Amino acid sequence: MNTAAVVASLRGVRLRHRRTLALDGIDLDLPGGSLVGLIGPDGVGKSSLLSLIAGAHKVQAGKVETLGGDMASARHRRAVCSRIAYMPQGLGKNLYLTLSIEENLQFFGRLFGHDRAECRRRIDELTTRTGLRPFLDRPVGKLSGGMKQKLGICCALIHDPDLLILDEPTTGVDPLSRSQFWSLVDGIRRERPGMSVIVATAYMEEADRFDWLVAMDAGKVLATGTPSELRTRTATDSLDATFIALLPEEKRRLHQPVVVSRFAPSEKDVTAIEARGLTMRFGDFTAVERVDLRIRRGEIFGFLGSNGCGKTTTMKMLTGLLPPTEGKAWLLGHEVDPRDVGTRRRVGYMSQSFSLYTELTVEQNLVLHARLFQVPAEEIPARVDEMAKRFGLEGVLSSMPEALPLGVRQRLSLAVAMVHKPTLLILDEPTSGVDPIARDQFWQLMLDLARQDKVTIFISTHFMNEAERCDRVSLMHSGRVLVSGPPEELVRDSSAHSLEEVFIKHLQEASASDNLPAASSLAVSPMPDAGRVSAPPVQRVFAFGRTFSYMRKEALELRRDPVLAGMSLFGTALLMFVMGYGISLDVENLSFAVLDHDQTTLSQNYVLNLNGSRYFVQQAPILDEADLDRRMRSGELALAIEIPPGFARDAQRGAPVQIGAWVDGSMPQRAETAQGYVSGMHQGWLAQMAARSSGLESASGALNIETRFRYNPDVRSRPAMVPAVIPMLLLMIPAMLTALSVVREKELGSIVNLHVTPVTRSEFLIGKQAPYIFLGMLNFLLMTLLAVTVFDVPVKGSFTTLAAAALIFVVFATGFGLLASAFTRSQIAAMFVTMIGTMIPTAQFAGLINPVSSLEGAGAVIGRLYPATHFLTISRGVFSKALGFSDLHASFIPLILAVPVIMGVAIALIRKQDT
Amino acid sequence: MSRLANIYRLGVKELWSLARDPMMMGLIVYAFTAMVYISATAMPEALHHAPIAIADEDTSPLSARIASSFQRPSFMSPAMISAADVDAGLDAGDYTFAIIIPPDFQRDVLAGMRPTLQLNVDATRMSQAFTGSGYVQQIINGEVTEFLQRYRGVPAAPVTLTLRARFNPNLTPAWFGALMEIINLVTMLSIVLTGAALIREREHGTIEHLLVMPVKPAEIMLSKVWSMALVVLVATTLSLLFVVQGLLHVPIEGSILLFLTGAVLHLFATTSMGIFMATLARTMPQFGLLLILVLLPLQMLSGGMTPRESMPEFVQNIMQAAPTTHFISASRAILYRGAGLKVVWQPFVLLLAIGTVFYSVALARFRKTISLMA
Repeated sequence: MNTAAVVASLRGVRLRHRRTLALDGIDLDLPGGSLVGLIGPDGVGKSSLLSLIAGAHKVQAGKVETLGGDMASARHRRAVCSRIAYMPQGLGKNLYLTLSIEENLQFFGRLFGHDRAECRRRIDELTTRTGLRPFLDRPVGKLSGGMKQKLGICCALIHDPDLLILDEPTTGVDPLSRSQFWSLVDGIRRERPGMSVIVATAYMEEADRFDWLVAMDAGKVLATGTPSELRTRTATDSLDATFIALLPEEKRRLHQPVVVSRFAPSEKDVTAIEARGLTMRFGDFTAVERVDLRIRRGEIFGFLGSNGCGKTTTMKMLTGLLPPTEGKAWLLGHEVDPRDVGTRRRVGYMSQSFSLYTELTVEQNLVLHARLFQVPAEEIPARVDEMAKRFGLEGVLSSMPEALPLGVRQRLSLAVAMVHKPTLLILDEPTSGVDPIARDQFWQLMLDLARQDKVTIFISTHFMNEAERCDRVSLMHSGRVLVSGPPEELVRDSSAHSLEEVFIKHLQEASASDNLPAASSLAVSPMPDAGRVSAPPVQRVFAFGRTFSYMRKEALELRRDPVLAGMSLFGTALLMFVMGYGISLDVENLSFAVLDHDQTTLSQNYVLNLNGSRYFVQQAPILDEADLDRRMRSGELALAIEIPPGFARDAQRGAPVQIGAWVDGSMPQRAETAQGYVSGMHQGWLAQMAARSSGLESASGALNIETRFRYNPDVRSRPAMVPAVIPMLLLMIPAMLTALSVVREKELGSIVNLHVTPVTRSEFLIGKQAPYIFLGMLNFLLMTLLAVTVFDVPVKGSFTTLAAAALIFVVFATGFGLLASAFTRSQIAAMFVTMIGTMIPTAQFAGLINPVSSLEGAGAVIGRLYPATHFLTISRGVFSKALGFSDLHASFIPLILAVPVIMGVAIALIRKQDT
Repeated sequence: MSRLANIYRLGVKELWSLARDPMMMGLIVYAFTAMVYISATAMPEALHHAPIAIADEDTSPLSARIASSFQRPSFMSPAMISAADVDAGLDAGDYTFAIIIPPDFQRDVLAGMRPTLQLNVDATRMSQAFTGSGYVQQIINGEVTEFLQRYRGVPAAPVTLTLRARFNPNLTPAWFGALMEIINLVTMLSIVLTGAALIREREHGTIEHLLVMPVKPAEIMLSKVWSMALVVLVATTLSLLFVVQGLLHVPIEGSILLFLTGAVLHLFATTSMGIFMATLARTMPQFGLLLILVLLPLQMLSGGMTPRESMPEFVQNIMQAAPTTHFISASRAILYRGAGLKVVWQPFVLLLAIGTVFYSVALARFRKTISLMA
């Protein structure tokens, strides 16, 4: 194959994310069989480029060829996706945090069609090499950043890819793990020389080890070539400087070398931050252990360590965000107290993630924070101007933060943290992902703040050259501070060449005592190559193995969240109680009162007739018309009877008399029922009178009407409602769970596994759906059991028919969830769509209370089409009418038809590629 | 003073967030227009197009007269079937009522032999079964009386009952349906919006930002309460004016302002519930389930769907603690029965009390959990 020469080629590629242009006319040929690096800061288009090459993102304009074929063709993508491994940006973003290492690897192994034995062999082999073997049972969420990265690469290598794409694999990882990671990659490349690796990185110092580099900026390629070529071309000695030299003139002009001036301690210096024995425990996990710190005013204090080592937790304790388990901390001489609002006004905090309001403009953000920090109103405009000028935000004041490059956003964050002129700044990794120029500008700002304004700065970072600019640094590992002191002193003390070397040394010592694998044990362990036993299996249209892999993963995740599963089961039971007991259509105990103008035995006899029934409860007599009006308005009376004067006299004489009855019409259904009762009772009274005087004959005597209430002889609500509640609950809960499970993958980023692995849309959706079908059927059984035992509503007909219908219905319900998730992006929206799409149609249009045949307009159309209607008919048929399949088959047809329709639409709407 | 300013600023920020979320805005508009309209117009009268079948084994003038007396819109035109088909038709749910007129019915009536006519009712269709069976009996009795009167001049009953419905003389269900839908939406949206606003802050990490600022938890919570309540209140007012009054022509008897006052009290309670639920749920799926668990009972048991007085007493008692119960009773009194403050002060006071309790509980819980959210 000639793909060895060029692994990927791009011609005129453009990519647009909403309004921002991510890639702007890329023409590039990436050499195969080598380690290719994409360098440049965040937001210049590296990730976009990689996702196009991997086939994760749809090609918008231009031509992308990977492994010798056009990535715009679905056919080619299907053919090559099992030869490509893609590890997206973000620590463990494509991994499942509640699943263990073993389970994650199993998931990916099966996704690529390996059988059980093959999976086992590969998992053992890869985890042995990476040193993850002893931790197979540990959930990914509890791994350190470095371990997550190793697991990420294991998952990527499980199917022997020909092309390995790594997007910023070492961002946020400590120096030791970083060096271990690269020796691992080197080892693998030695054994599989034909494999091409494309890596994106923001660490220029790493790029030196790559075979071939692509320097990128603002969606364009600046230069390509080997590292030494690039250095020679620009006559620079470090790649950081090379990159700056490669930038276009107008950007380069902004750059000035950082002037580092050292902190001059003096006796008068007050302590700005002090911590003694600061400890934080979450359950039995110790995040931070006995940390002592003392930082003087005007000092820049650097905090280093890998992600998850406790830096952020320490910072949060210092700001009062987290109350420490043990120990104490003082800020500016005051003990940290979450309720102490005064101290907060003197502290500025910038958190790790960009955490400003993305829905407010730059200016709105600045103004809001100034106001919240109680900057006097008349000073705010001047202050905002000052900040904008100082941090170079003048041109973007009315932009939305999301539309800005990362470097500008970081400056905005810093501006916001500074808007109230604090004397202490706590900055959590403020520069990760920022380009070298912006980073240097940023540091110049901070040095000025510290030296000129005497602002104390407590900063965490991953960059060694930044650490060297600090007055003092501390290295943290697994919650403990390993070493701290001025950078030069540390290098001198451990007789090393660089700060990085110092840290690697300390980390190795610490790891040795933790029984963690050291770097040396990694690179050498050879691959017990039993030959590449099986080539990746042929791509089939629907592979049960991949569906099963997703199914298993989903089931495991569900099992790890017992609260959710428990809530869905107990919730159903609870709701069934509430509705089974609560909803009652029996109109009983209606309050009524009488305005009796007659006050005779006959009029009292009439009232007695009403009062004797269970439907009516008599209230105090009505005094006059005004009283009647008032009591009906307040809703106290549902029925008022007015008996005219001379009622008894006229009735005896046979003269026509009219009794007046007012029914409260504000609830039409209740009013109609009440009207029915009253007129029925009136007829009864007449018949009684007629029988007594026997001279009067009325029609009521002419015939007998024998009313037979079928299926529910006592006309009780419960036997009618319980079978109707089951469809409602069986729709809402499974639909909600399924919808959220898919949208969650979108929000958390693991949807990328759908984009880049051989799994098809239908396999993905059906795999995710299956566990919820199972859960839904459990719900169904529970509800049926409750109906029979607690509610005393027996299943009179064929249970098999009911269960079959329930199964089809649950498939529909979960399918509805898939549909709701297919076109929404956020969990809130998916939840809302599901609520609107299930609760209202079932409660109102599916025949729960009013038969569908009596509905009108849009409601009637919804009612006829909605599968809940048909399942309701079946449920009532089986429960109350003792029916079986032959009687109900007509209702099965629309129910069965609904399944392929909803699934088809859901599958059609979800995208195999990111768009 | 600065506290009030903070609450105001943060609330305005919430409004901006919502305004820049087109999906959410679209859903709110859809809910308060299309959904109100659909559910108002779909609500059938209790006896509307009731499917009925008649097995006429007499085929006399009297039986024909009875058959022709069932007409739209209360009934569908009766299906004339044989007595043998009655069971199957009822089983399949084709008819709610099936009348069997026995052979020689007319002859026996005239002979004064009191023949028996059988009325079968599908009692699983509760709403029609109840009102319908009485109504069917009345119609049959009426037809027979009239027939007899003409035949031999039996006098009409001297005592008549004049039934009138107040506040909704024709018992138009749309009047009821529209309002109930609005009330349901008010409850649902206020809980979803406040809950989501809090969870969004947590997911975007901005809550931690707020916590390091000189802002108190109570201020954060109150800002969400007022802003989201305002959104729902505006949507309700517009929907009431333009959809309910304008499009559906529902006459509103009482003061809309008084109703909105009640809505404010109700929103105070429900937005607090939203916050409380958002602090309980650790993930969005959990919040979603919690939402179902809370909303369904609120919707079904507060008297908006079926009359409260007919529910078991313990349910009635428990639901006294739900704000929807009092809001529905007050709204009905105000909007339909034109009641003034003198009549509805009691539910108002109860709403305020419930709101205060919910608010305090939510605030206590919010204070306790907020530090874990960052």
